[in-house]
Amino acid sequence: MRLGVVFSLVFFISSTSLHAQDGKALFQANCASCHSLTKVLTGPALMGVEDRWPDRKELHAWVLNSSAYLKNGKHKAYADNLFAQYNKNVMTAFQGTLNEKDIDAILDYIKTAKPAAVGTPTPNGEVKADDDNTMFYGIITVVLAIAVLILIQVNKNLKRIAEKKEGEPALATPTPWYRKKSVIVFLSIIIFLGFCYCLAKNAIGLGQYQNYEPTQPIFYSHKVHAGVNQINCQYCHIGVYQGKQATIPSVNICMNCHKAITEYTGAPLHDEDGNEVNGTAEIQKLFKYAGFSGKGDWDASKAKPIECTRIHNLPDHVYFNHSQHVKVGQVACQTCHGEVTKMDEMKQFSPLTMGWCINCHRTTKVQFNDNGFYSMYEKYHEQLKSGKIDSVTVQMIGGTECQKCHY
Amino acid sequence: MENKKYWQSFGERNESEAYKQSVKDEFPKAQEPQIPFDESKGVLDAVTPRRDFLKYLGFSTAAAAIAAGCETPVHKSIPFANKPEDLVPGQADYYATTYVQDGDVLSILARVRDGRPIKITGNNQSPIYKGCTSARAEASVLDLYNTARLRFPYIKDKEATFAQIDKALASDIAGNVVVLTSTIVSPSTKEIIASFLAKYPGGKHVTYDAVSYAGILAANESTFGKRAIPSYKFENAQTIVSIGADFLGTWLSPTEFTKQYAVNRRIDEKKPAMSRHYQFESVLSPTGASADYKFLCKPSEWGKVAVALLNAVNGQAVSGISDAKLVEGIKKVAKDLAETKGKALVVSGSNDPNVQIAVNALNQAIGAYGTTIDWAITLNNRAGYDADFAQLVADMNAGTVNTLLVYGANPAYNYFDADKFKKGLEKVRTTVSFSSFDDETTQLCKYKIPDHHYLESWGDAEPKSGYFSFIQPTINPLFKTRQWQDSLLKWAGAGLEYAAYLKQYWSAKLGGEGGWFNAIQTGVLNPAETAASAGAFNSAAVANAISAIGATKTGSDIEVLLYQKVSIGEGQGANNPFLQEMPDPITCSTWDNYFVISPKIAKSLLNIDITNEGQSDDYEVHPEKEVLKLTINGKELTLPFLIVPGTQADTIGVAVGYGRSEKIGKAAKGSGKNVYPFSYVKDGFVNYNLSGGKLERTGEKYTIAQTQTHGRYDSKIGGKRVEVMKELTLAQFVHDPKEIFKEREHEFEEFGGLENFEKQGTIYPYHEKPGIHWAMSVDLNACTGCGACVVACSIENNVPIVGKGEVARFHDMHWLRIDRYYSGDVENPDVVFQPMMCQHCDNAPCENVCPVSATNHSTEGLNQMAYNRCIGTRYCANNCPYKVRRFNWADYTGADSFKNNQDQKLVGDLGEVVLDMNDDLTRMVLNPDVTVRSRGVIEKCSFCVQRLQDAKLKAKRESRPMVDSDIETACQSSCPSDCFVFGNVNDKNSAISKTRKDNPYRLFYSLEQLHVMPNVNYLTKVRNKTEMEEAAEA
Repeated sequence: MRLGVVFSLVFFISSTSLHAQDGKALFQANCASCHSLTKVLTGPALMGVEDRWPDRKELHAWVLNSSAYLKNGKHKAYADNLFAQYNKNVMTAFQGTLNEKDIDAILDYIKTAKPAAVGTPTPNGEVKADDDNTMFYGIITVVLAIAVLILIQVNKNLKRIAEKKEGEPALATPTPWYRKKSVIVFLSIIIFLGFCYCLAKNAIGLGQYQNYEPTQPIFYSHKVHAGVNQINCQYCHIGVYQGKQATIPSVNICMNCHKAITEYTGAPLHDEDGNEVNGTAEIQKLFKYAGFSGKGDWDASKAKPIECTRIHNLPDHVYFNHSQHVKVGQVACQTCHGEVTKMDEMKQFSPLTMGWCINCHRTTKVQFNDNGFYSMYEKYHEQLKSGKIDSVTVQMIGGTECQKCHY
Repeated sequence: MENKKYWQSFGERNESEAYKQSVKDEFPKAQEPQIPFDESKGVLDAVTPRRDFLKYLGFSTAAAAIAAGCETPVHKSIPFANKPEDLVPGQADYYATTYVQDGDVLSILARVRDGRPIKITGNNQSPIYKGCTSARAEASVLDLYNTARLRFPYIKDKEATFAQIDKALASDIAGNVVVLTSTIVSPSTKEIIASFLAKYPGGKHVTYDAVSYAGILAANESTFGKRAIPSYKFENAQTIVSIGADFLGTWLSPTEFTKQYAVNRRIDEKKPAMSRHYQFESVLSPTGASADYKFLCKPSEWGKVAVALLNAVNGQAVSGISDAKLVEGIKKVAKDLAETKGKALVVSGSNDPNVQIAVNALNQAIGAYGTTIDWAITLNNRAGYDADFAQLVADMNAGTVNTLLVYGANPAYNYFDADKFKKGLEKVRTTVSFSSFDDETTQLCKYKIPDHHYLESWGDAEPKSGYFSFIQPTINPLFKTRQWQDSLLKWAGAGLEYAAYLKQYWSAKLGGEGGWFNAIQTGVLNPAETAASAGAFNSAAVANAISAIGATKTGSDIEVLLYQKVSIGEGQGANNPFLQEMPDPITCSTWDNYFVISPKIAKSLLNIDITNEGQSDDYEVHPEKEVLKLTINGKELTLPFLIVPGTQADTIGVAVGYGRSEKIGKAAKGSGKNVYPFSYVKDGFVNYNLSGGKLERTGEKYTIAQTQTHGRYDSKIGGKRVEVMKELTLAQFVHDPKEIFKEREHEFEEFGGLENFEKQGTIYPYHEKPGIHWAMSVDLNACTGCGACVVACSIENNVPIVGKGEVARFHDMHWLRIDRYYSGDVENPDVVFQPMMCQHCDNAPCENVCPVSATNHSTEGLNQMAYNRCIGTRYCANNCPYKVRRFNWADYTGADSFKNNQDQKLVGDLGEVVLDMNDDLTRMVLNPDVTVRSRGVIEKCSFCVQRLQDAKLKAKRESRPMVDSDIETACQSSCPSDCFVFGNVNDKNSAISKTRKDNPYRLFYSLEQLHVMPNVNYLTKVRNKTEMEEAAEA
């Protein structure tokens, strides 16, 4: 019953998050890496941007190709000023990526969004109720066990008193309970089962590293970047839509923003043990890798790669592809990686076991009608139409077969 | 058809006891490696069962404890410092480049994963090769990672820097300078050589080919006035005659020819017609195996056959040939040639200019010039001229050569008089070798300046005049090597590097930088189609040639033919383990060369009658073959022998390219013997056939690792022998196209016919295949047995090299093998090749017997193999009717957690070459998308599932249905004759659906009577014979 509630809650949350507004999604995907609604980042805060420009038409032109606008835009004076104010960083041209409708959607979003409501992305990871329950049941079991023992003792004493009263002679030395054969047998079985349980649990846990949280060469806070500053995951993990690896960002991606952001001014940061971390010093570490003095131009050729410690390790005989899940399956990053926006240091959120993968493949529905690839599953399309089935899960198209991941 | 019998081994032909036994037991006890505990009779019956039990228990506990107690390794994840924009880690990139090796050219794409080239595929922009590859090109990617590569330059065997080399050579290159190379196909390189030599008056460029084609060059010079080779057009030929030319395997440009040849070998069922191929040969070659009619003659008779054909075409009588079968054959061929004038082609593998002149005259007589031979475009693959090189050797010995720069050529190994060359080399003051390997010639050179591998190089190639193919680097040089063109440019004082030179050279020709970038992106540059030119034939030399041929003696003594193997070629493949382990298409042997002898010699000299059950078994079941001693022209050669039906009775064949220095790679160590010294010069041309030999027994034994009898089928079904493959003659097929179809219909009548057989022929439930159903079709008519698919498959799927010792005890690992079947006459049988891989049976017998369900079926029709589930019972392999499952008997790949799984005491002899394949450098060739299997698991063809998954993902990302062009299995992409078709058979428009629909009468499934429902179908081999019935088995 409880489990059912938990699951339906998960489904409810995940289904609402799927219906996020277009404008918000577009903002997250295209703008958020340089702009916040309320904060000045690489570019200006976008709250009230429309008040600063005469009309949307000019804004369209600016967004689509800012460098062209700087040459011969109508609102040139303002644009020039803006350009100078932001260290003459050219804004990315969105010609080809966004059309006017998209920009309108973004502007609509900016207009309606309340800074507070922007909040953190809705978590829709698995709810971990198991631990609490175990504790709860454990305590109850212990309490009950103690109660049973006490009651047995009380019962015994009462019996003895009763026997005494009746005048029957008490047994000289009654066998203590812990030397009774039945108790010993019972206890050894319990101990044996307990041993087996521990052994099995530990054996299954071999090679599983849930919550693995190694120290990285730079104290990089996902909370600050993805949470507070709302940078889209894909901005840094560029491979996630295209390839197998999401990829750890290269130094030049960090430097896109950090050429301008040289010190940390946000809320105090703390590491795992509660020690305070100096954010600015961590940015300096990045500059050391990048070969950047902190001022002036950055020479990209001086950069050295940052040796990160890999957190999510799959065995060699497992094939995993990010684009399959994120692009094709439209699975949110948080489903497997947890609420990254609240993590300072990254840790392994999911167990990454085969059972965990398979369970998800059993229940997750594929984008059956939206993706043209699935048109070849004619039988399922017919069944969907006739109402025989209401959706197609990954399992139904073979997602739990060995050679989907092992080859 | 019914009485015709196909056999892979003599045992199968004779149905000997040993054969019957071997069919029953796939893993004979004798061949299994001994495990450390004696459990031969089962654990409980062992001498000390309790102790053995405790040993097992102790080992397992200790092993588990060690595995559990190991600290988890910390993996580093190192991103780029600056990521190139168009590079996605984990995603393969393809670069158009060109495989060039001693004149052999192939336009290819290099598949580069995260900076390492790992696979070669054909470039389908090339009109010559049309996207196919060859076994040697496929394997060449491993040469890049060969541990034996020279890693830096040397001066007198001491490591040096390029600065030191350049400084020393500034004064050392002096006097008479000669640049000695194998055939150079690069126009820019030729220009660089010329400009380098211009600095040294009297400097010369000498071209030398390991196997000479000077005979053709000379013949063309005297009959067409051009020392060149015209291009051949097999696709235009209705009648193809080859006199000893293995044009599908090793002759001139075999990949190109196979592509052309296959065009007319495929059959349209509605209008059945195909070219007819006659082969006159002395030793069975893959080309002879593909021929419709094959006639045996001695190598010394090749010229006479050409002359006789010429005479017969001109209406004269056949003379000078004694063999009645041969005479009959010549008459038949001549009749066909005369009837198909203008659509016929004759080629010969002889290096005797007289023979080639006679062949030219014959081609002129049948109107081949201008139709099937084109003088407008020349073939540039081979340009070496024997006389030039002989002059050079003489000059060297006379001390008139002061500086010798060697690139590609290796005369110290492959010149017939290597000793004379070596002596001459001692008299040359400055010797420079540009070889990547410390080969036989390089070992004798003072300066060793290793060249880049071609995948690290810039360059261009012109395999046919006007057709250009470009080379671009696909990886940074691994070692301190330098392109040899760079060296020449530097020494010539050109002041720019080869990359810049090449760009300048081509930009000028292609209208600027843009043209050059386009050219390297496509990889090829093709001329506009031109009309074929007949050239101007001059018959003046013909009469002389004919009389010279007439004067050649053909005695009754033993003749020897030095031939090339598809895999090793002239010797370039000798240090490549993939090529060494590729079974020879004919003899199915690996790692060695040997005497190929005829059944007649076997009987007379060795008392082995291959039709005698006991004698043939005795010969066949032991991999140890007797060593024979050949004495010819005062030289001796001892090698083991193999009996090959289809070898001319008195001819012995020996493959060149073996017996190379082990310094060029571990794979070359101990494999075979060098037979180049047995070639000789006759009238200024190197001759590869000898006569007057004497063969003796030595009584010694030598192991030859053959795969011939490894894949055995129990083809008796219900007491009736069922052939694994089907063959018809064209006459039969025209007469009754439905013959095979009717046979199949009859077979399945009781199960409700062909359509209902799947559901009614079994008590098992039927499983739906919604969406995708993978399937393959193999056209037996097109397969020439070249082995490109075998190597392509091995490289794509990380199939391990197991070494000679393991192959000899049946532990070969190839996922795809090419079965060779003989049928008919034992002296001169017909040969059929059948590529055999996992058939992905929908009702797979292997799946039912797996106790842990490690092999099971997917909804897409794949027979899946989960390595980590496999516990190695091998039940599946035993139950597979096609014998395609392979077991990892040892830790061939070094993938095991336990180091001592490679301990030779435990698993038996693992060759050095196997361990060499586990080197960090060699392992760079591994495909990261495919698991490297460890010891104790079964593996087999997966239909390249990693490519299928990738194809699906690509379509999904683009939100579109999958199409044929998304998917190509490795075997399919390599095949020069396009015999593989692969795709989704649920899709009515896919190529595989169309192939099956268009070929209903030739289509069959191998051993389909077993109701295993294979997903691989074959198309019946049709031989273009006029006979209705094959001769019944004697």
